[in-house]
Amino acid sequence: MGWAAIRAYTILVYLFMFLPVVVVVLLSFNQNQFGSFPMTGVSLRWFEALWNNDAVMRAFRTSLVLGLLTALISTTLGVLASLALVRYTMRGKNLITTILIAPILVPEVVLAVALLLFLNWLGIGKSFALLLAGHVIFTLPFVILVVQARLVSIRRDVEEAALSLGASPIQTFFSVTLPLLMPAVAAGALFAFTISFDDITGTLFWKPGGVETVPTQIFSMLRNSISPEINALGTVMIVITVGLPLLGAAIARQISIKRGI
Amino acid sequence: MGAVNLNNIVKRFGTFTAVEKTSMDIPEGSFTTLLGPSGCGKTTTLRMIAGLLDPTEGEIIINGKRVNDVPIHKRNLGLVFQNYALFPHKTVAENVAFGLRYRNVAKSEIARRVKEALELVQLPHLGNRYPKALSGGQQQRIALARAIVIEPDVLLLDEPLSALDANLREDMRVELKNIQARIGVTTVFVTHDQSEALAMSDQIVVMSNGRVEQVGAPQEVYNTPASEFVARFLGASNILDGRCLSRGGEGAVLEVPVFGQITVPSAKAPHLAGEGAAKLVIRAEKLLLRDSPPEGGAFSAPATVETVDYQGQSVRYFVRAGDMQLQAINMIDDRPFPAGAQVHMTLRPQDCAALPG
Repeated sequence: MGWAAIRAYTILVYLFMFLPVVVVVLLSFNQNQFGSFPMTGVSLRWFEALWNNDAVMRAFRTSLVLGLLTALISTTLGVLASLALVRYTMRGKNLITTILIAPILVPEVVLAVALLLFLNWLGIGKSFALLLAGHVIFTLPFVILVVQARLVSIRRDVEEAALSLGASPIQTFFSVTLPLLMPAVAAGALFAFTISFDDITGTLFWKPGGVETVPTQIFSMLRNSISPEINALGTVMIVITVGLPLLGAAIARQISIKRGI
Repeated sequence: MGAVNLNNIVKRFGTFTAVEKTSMDIPEGSFTTLLGPSGCGKTTTLRMIAGLLDPTEGEIIINGKRVNDVPIHKRNLGLVFQNYALFPHKTVAENVAFGLRYRNVAKSEIARRVKEALELVQLPHLGNRYPKALSGGQQQRIALARAIVIEPDVLLLDEPLSALDANLREDMRVELKNIQARIGVTTVFVTHDQSEALAMSDQIVVMSNGRVEQVGAPQEVYNTPASEFVARFLGASNILDGRCLSRGGEGAVLEVPVFGQITVPSAKAPHLAGEGAAKLVIRAEKLLLRDSPPEGGAFSAPATVETVDYQGQSVRYFVRAGDMQLQAINMIDDRPFPAGAQVHMTLRPQDCAALPG
């Protein structure tokens, strides 16, 4: 009795969480103007409408550029910070670690307002660069946590072996450390990209006037009406933010199976 | 190929001194072992020769040139680690070729030398595998091939056999020594295992607490220990506290418990200056147990067997003579003495060594 109840409860929780997502995906293929069941037929017309909607496509491009730049900068900084924190001893190491990880612990709204007020105080207005900086600050802890965990498991003597064989410290980093770190670097970059692509709270505060990302675009479209186009957009978002990491993980697994790592 | 000289090397970590004013000469082409318990400074010394640590004071000289300021990747050294440290993302052949890529060696030449190196370590067919697919012994051979393919001036081995299991360790020990002898590279080997040190070395440097206790050939270090530490660390020894009565041409006359007066030949008492406190070192395998006293036996003393540790071809006895417990390791071809047996311990003076007290 007890286990059956727990099982049923678990299933209900999962249904509650995922049913809306399933509904959005199903309705995005609905032919009917009004997003409701039963579906009247399967069609791609809402995806087509999306494709022809300039505002949405612009937001999509903005999100893509923003996400890619965030991933690039966050990953580079995260790898460098992790190297410093794991491979070197320095004063105030714990404090630096805490500060770098802090953006995860601080509520996003607080972080968003704080950065905005700080830049106002400096006399710097809202811009795409500010939006990017915000996303980098917000995604950096995820990259550092993932990369640090991997770096700790890379034995120092492998790097020492490379040095002894004549590779300079920089050559050693690119020929030994970075390749071994790659799964974490890729995971960190994917994290940074999907978090940036998804983010709405910080983005609403930081984005300059006239610039929309996909989430803020959806938000503003919802204010007018619930168009089936939003369902299609939601489906695209799900494919990108869920499908991309899954694909990355699958590729990483294939590589490690081949090498027997 | 090159000789290594350390001149008054000191290494401090904060207030802790890992290596204290150490000098040593490692002759060109020799197999020199740094031997000592963990924490004695042997690995620290090796890492300073490698350039992975900077000495706090003193000079490191390789091939007659001071290398203190030469970074590790420009020292042309082969380094082999306890845990192999192969590059897991590269194949065996890529691992071995790694050092050659930074040495302006032509592609065809790289392939030839990698093949040669893999043949030298008797694993010519594993080039395309990844390290994880190899056994520990195979990985260590690849690590050795990777270190010697660059024709290093000095080969540095940091406990390379410790991670292998016992049988394999003894095979690898012989093979490692053979390979070293064939290519003739100056080799510095770090270990805490006395049997590895005795079996492989041309020269052993015994270290303790950051200091060199003794330098010498294996037989020298084993038979004529320069200090009580060396006597206790290498093999099993009985050390009797006594006095030196006189030091003359034919040897040193020592008065010790159990055996009374014994004359140790001069060659076995090089560090004993004259009269005063002295110690007599008796190797456990030189103390023979018999059931009757030897004829005319000056150096014989009665004892009672307390513990019998039977090991097949040999037996380790703990015997009691008066208030002293002594250790004897004897070869046997019959039955060992049982515990409680009354026996006679005999020894030859030339098998003992004398130390200052």
